[in-house]
Amino acid sequence: MTNDNTQDKQEQPGELLETRRQFLKQSSAITAIALVAPALVDAAEKKLDEKAADIFEKVPLSIEINGKQHQLSVEPRVTLLDLLREQLHLTGSKKGCDYGQCGACTVHVNGKRVLSCLSLAVMQDGKKVTTIEGLATGSTLHPMQLAFIKHDGFQCGYCTPGQIMSAVACINEGHAGSDDEIREHMSGNLCRCGAYHNIVAAIREVNAKGGKS
Amino acid sequence: MIAFDYVRPNSAKAAVDAITKDASAQFIAGGSNLVDLMKHGVVAPQKLVDISRLPLNSIEQSGNNIRIGALCLNSEVAEHALIKEKLPLLAQALNAGASPQIRNMATVGGNMLQRTRCTYFYDLAMPCNKRQPGSGCGALKGYNRMHAIFGASNSCIAVHPSDMCVALAALDATVIVAGSKGERKISFVDFHRLPGDTPEKDTHLQKGELITAVEIPVNDGFAKHSLYTKVRDRASYAFALVSVAAALDLQNNTIQHVRLAAGGVAHKPWRLMAAEKYLKGKSPTESNFKAAAEAAMSAAKGYGYNDFKLTLLPNTIIHTLKTIAGV
Ligand SMILES: Cc1cc2nc3c(=O)[nH]c(=O)nc-3n(C[C@H](O)[C@H](O)[C@H](O)COP(=O)(O)OP(=O)(O)OC[C@H]3O[C@@H](n4cnc5c(N)ncnc54)[C@H](O)[C@@H]3O)c2cc1C
Ligand code: FES
Ligand code: FES
Repeated sequence: MTNDNTQDKQEQPGELLETRRQFLKQSSAITAIALVAPALVDAAEKKLDEKAADIFEKVPLSIEINGKQHQLSVEPRVTLLDLLREQLHLTGSKKGCDYGQCGACTVHVNGKRVLSCLSLAVMQDGKKVTTIEGLATGSTLHPMQLAFIKHDGFQCGYCTPGQIMSAVACINEGHAGSDDEIREHMSGNLCRCGAYHNIVAAIREVNAKGGKS
Repeated sequence: MIAFDYVRPNSAKAAVDAITKDASAQFIAGGSNLVDLMKHGVVAPQKLVDISRLPLNSIEQSGNNIRIGALCLNSEVAEHALIKEKLPLLAQALNAGASPQIRNMATVGGNMLQRTRCTYFYDLAMPCNKRQPGSGCGALKGYNRMHAIFGASNSCIAVHPSDMCVALAALDATVIVAGSKGERKISFVDFHRLPGDTPEKDTHLQKGELITAVEIPVNDGFAKHSLYTKVRDRASYAFALVSVAAALDLQNNTIQHVRLAAGGVAHKPWRLMAAEKYLKGKSPTESNFKAAAEAAMSAAKGYGYNDFKLTLLPNTIIHTLKTIAGV
């Protein structure tokens, strides 16, 4: 395979961005040969489909993560969480459930907290992502990180990166006015160790200090 | 998750075209329901048509209607000044749903088309007519605690899980959709359907149709006297066991107009027409509210584990109406 084939997946201005997965669906039973570069058809016929798929299924992705611009190429089925953890080795964001139920994978996209396990990476093209790794400034921890340490806002620590990303957003959104409000707006982050009491204390304190970030 | 193609059309028309010509293609907006279902293997579209960047994301008032673009985020709608002032019931229902992270992903159109949370629908090892027509309904004689008490059939007793849709049903919203043959409007109460013997169909939307907006008439009386009550297994971040959206237009201690809808009880957001009819023109008293709740329940049927809803729903209706009316 030559690299020329990757041209096939480039986005043309104003045109559909489309990958060429279709024809590889049933291995060598090729259904959409007309769409496909001849070299790739050759490759598929020579049972190189897997390798070919590697190149052809991917879609270009330009994404800023923690202030750093990345030009990547990803399969459409890769979630933002898997991109962060598996491809970029940013393992701070945790995979607790992978189904949107626990909040351990919470990151900020364009300043809003979202679940990275239910976000497709390709849909984040052109966006800015902040993960727990991007919260500190150099070696100076974010006030929310310091408050979690001070108040013992964790035990095993598995939910903590998601809790902290959510806590920062909770204050930025103006939803940390009372303990009840904090609890309601932190309810998307579960903690199996039950550190909730101390998490609320940490958020309350950062909020009281005007801890906008 | 199986592999799929991904396209990102740059107009609503191109998006409709992309879906219309491909039987296995599906729109994706926030992805918060679709990606979950794809990971579970419940659905397996071969192509996703990303509509999340289409310019269908404004909220504006024109005349007596508020129009909300289908791609507005649930969080944006709930926090919008116009919605908080004119349609507080909708803001409350949205904030009662899911979590802040999910509300930042979920769109209005996606919320309407979210699939049921019936565990038999999610469990590929179980029969489910909605997932696999003809395979049977595991819930009918199974663990059906979350299931329907209105409008169910022998094919399916699943419920529609949305909170937002209960408020939209109560507020008499209209859904605006675009298809290959142009635009059409569907009244909200006719948008979702009952299961009958084709529970695989959740709505009356045709293949290829894109929801572009919802329109909601404004009523200042309702804005002053409305409430969404959601009863669930934990205080937050859980689907409704039952929920009630209620709005009263009260003048001189008389109920001029009333809107009541319930969630967690049917295959669609369930307008409580009999109770509305009973209350119109009456005074807002506890005994009238009780009689209305009784009228609401006349067609209800339990399936065993969900029998508690036969008591919980009327109590929730009465509580909600009393709270609004301050009696
Ligand atoms: C853990 C968890 C808890 C939740 N709790 C609640 C809750 O308590 N209450 C509640 O109401 N909801 C709850 N939800 C569901 C949530 O509200 C939905 O996932 C969300 O609203 C779906 O919106 P979306 O934009 O992400 O849709 P997507 O996942 O992108 O799409 C859903 C469906 O809609 C179709 N679609 C999307 N937009 C359009 C359009 N404009 N036109 C035509 N078709 C379209 C898609 O093809 C797909 O079939 C919960 C979800 C999770 C994961
Ligand atoms: S890993 Fe994303 S919510 Fe649990
Ligand atoms: S600290 Fe262990 S799960 Fe929260």
